[in-house]
Amino acid sequence: MSNFINGLLRMRRGPWEMVATILIALGVFMLMQPFAMWMYTYSFIVTLVGTVMFIIVSHFPE
Amino acid sequence: MSESPITRMAEATPQPLARKVRGLSDRAIAWIFVAPTIFLLLAVNIFPLIWTINLSFTNFKANRPNREVEYIGLRNYERILTDSDIWLSMQATAHFLFWTIFFQVLIGFTLAWLINKKFKGNDLWTTIIVLPMMLSPAVVGNFWTFLYQPQIGLFNYVVAFFTGADPSSFEMLGSVQLAPWAIVIVDTWMWTPFVMLICLAGLRSIPDYIYEAAEIDRASKWRQFWTITVPMVMPFLMLAVLFRGIENFKMFDLVVQLTGGGPGSTTELASINLKREAFEKWRTGYSSAFAIILFVTVFGLASIYVKALNKVKDR
Repeated sequence: MSNFINGLLRMRRGPWEMVATILIALGVFMLMQPFAMWMYTYSFIVTLVGTVMFIIVSHFPE
Repeated sequence: MSESPITRMAEATPQPLARKVRGLSDRAIAWIFVAPTIFLLLAVNIFPLIWTINLSFTNFKANRPNREVEYIGLRNYERILTDSDIWLSMQATAHFLFWTIFFQVLIGFTLAWLINKKFKGNDLWTTIIVLPMMLSPAVVGNFWTFLYQPQIGLFNYVVAFFTGADPSSFEMLGSVQLAPWAIVIVDTWMWTPFVMLICLAGLRSIPDYIYEAAEIDRASKWRQFWTITVPMVMPFLMLAVLFRGIENFKMFDLVVQLTGGGPGSTTELASINLKREAFEKWRTGYSSAFAIILFVTVFGLASIYVKALNKVKDR
């Protein structure tokens, strides 16, 4: 866990890509879940942030 | 001595043109070769995407091209993300996605595991199993419509044989409860071979000496399966799941052939809903915003897919 946080603080690609992946997966889940309308409403912004973040952080050093 | 084709081509080039080309740098020549492809890519992919993003902020209707186009900001996105009908179509897509992937992985992995055991006629069985994947979705949709016919369909008779129910007592494509499962069955039938092939590649990449070492350590077959086979096939399975997930998220042709989104809107997947908004209701701006939402979702999933692919390559 401390490695992960250190990686985030030092702007390393691996942990940041992990965060972006989690955001994309969360956004897709929110888009398709049958439980709450508010989750559906905010799903797009979560996916968009995850996707844009993924594009940016994939240029970070390993 | 015969001349090389390059020398012959150089000699055949007219002098003025040859002089011009000789004056160009390597970089410029490289650009000349790449430019047509870049131009095509811009014209066919990038320009329509930018145009769709632009339209998604307007109230444009393609069937009224002379009407004044108004920029309405994020209102289309707001409407889509608060529309309960579109939410329902997303749930129908989720049902389709989840169950098709679940069955395809389960059956695909089992088939790959069986095919991987060396037996007589192994290659013939692989070819037979792979056949559905090679058919056109339109053909598959049409013949499964016949198979699902309550009066003459083979599917109903097979179910009746095992359950004792009357074959014409249920209608797979006409029932609100059964139609979502009918499309899951057809997609599973068609695409399980694809998952099987990926799993088979994963199983064949496991070296025999790992199993031999496990045998020496007296590991049971069950233990070998969970500690060697499953972890080593997992990246391949992930790849299959992501690939099928992205494909099924965009599913259109097969379901249109089978149910057309019906009965009611129980099998109206996101892409079918999008087509209705764009080309039946002619709400071009609205449907552009919807397309962008689907695009961002697929793009996000594709990013994860590429990451998973790189992990498999690194192995």
